[in-house]
Amino acid sequence: MSDDVHHHIRIYKKVAMALGVLTVVTVAVSYIDFAVPMAITVALIIAATKGSLVVSCFMHLMEEKKVVPLSKWGFGTILATLVVTVFFFLVLIFIPIFGHADRVGEYFTLPNANAPTATEGATHDAH
Amino acid sequence: MEIQYIADERPDTGLTNVKLGIWLFLASEVMLFGALFSSYVLLRLLAPEWPVGADVLNVPMGTFNTAVLIGSSVTMVFAYASLKMDDLAGFKKFMAMTIGLSLLFMVVKGFEYSHEFDIGNFPSTSTYLAIYFTMTGLHALHIIGGVIVNSYLLGPGSKMWETNKTQFTNRIEAAGLYWHFVDLVWIFLFPVLYLL
Repeated sequence: MSDDVHHHIRIYKKVAMALGVLTVVTVAVSYIDFAVPMAITVALIIAATKGSLVVSCFMHLMEEKKVVPLSKWGFGTILATLVVTVFFFLVLIFIPIFGHADRVGEYFTLPNANAPTATEGATHDAH
Repeated sequence: MEIQYIADERPDTGLTNVKLGIWLFLASEVMLFGALFSSYVLLRLLAPEWPVGADVLNVPMGTFNTAVLIGSSVTMVFAYASLKMDDLAGFKKFMAMTIGLSLLFMVVKGFEYSHEFDIGNFPSTSTYLAIYFTMTGLHALHIIGGVIVNSYLLGPGSKMWETNKTQFTNRIEAAGLYWHFVDLVWIFLFPVLYLL
């Protein structure tokens, strides 16, 4: 039991160092002059790596995998919950992107997009 | 009424009710923050202009806060590991560090907010600042909630250690899961709001 905990503590320390290094990397790459889509991709890949380290090690998801009571699904209870959550999260994120893709080529901004705009006075449809 | 399966695992789920409960709660939190991330994408795609976060916000402060919050997650797992090793004093030390780091995060966030207000950056100033204050504000509320629960578990709540070690350890695990989630949200908020 105690050996098991010591094994975990070693992992926690390694993960802590990895998270520190990746934080520095995130900031460092933001100074590289990538095009916006590339910058977003790189930043999200690093964030996802950090996130999965936190979830799998600090939140013990690696071990929860081994608990398989809902065996006919082949998932543990937590994993089953997370699969559903991830699915609906992706739906949530992709709704605006698909909505936007529908309007590619049209001039359209949200009525409350009150950021300063260079196209002031340009005519555009209300919808 | 006695709550069932707080120390023993329920046979059909393979988990204690504490752990299943906190994971279901975190699933609902994913949807809450997910809705805001989705709003961010929508607002950004449809805005005529969007500032680079680094031009508006203080990146060194944000980076420092990221490190602080990751540090608090690390001390939180050590607090839990201490209980697993039957070391209440170690738990108290690490839990106190977790709370200290959380408060440090809030202080730095407070400086950032007050600086924004000083230079006239309010949620009403631009769409970017509106979503910035909404998302970081909601995240800060989560920090405050975590500090309250963790302080209880460090103080009066730790008396349970004398009566039921397993149940108390399970509580710390659940508090830890929540805390790591709060850290996880920040890991995404930081690049999205400060760096992109």
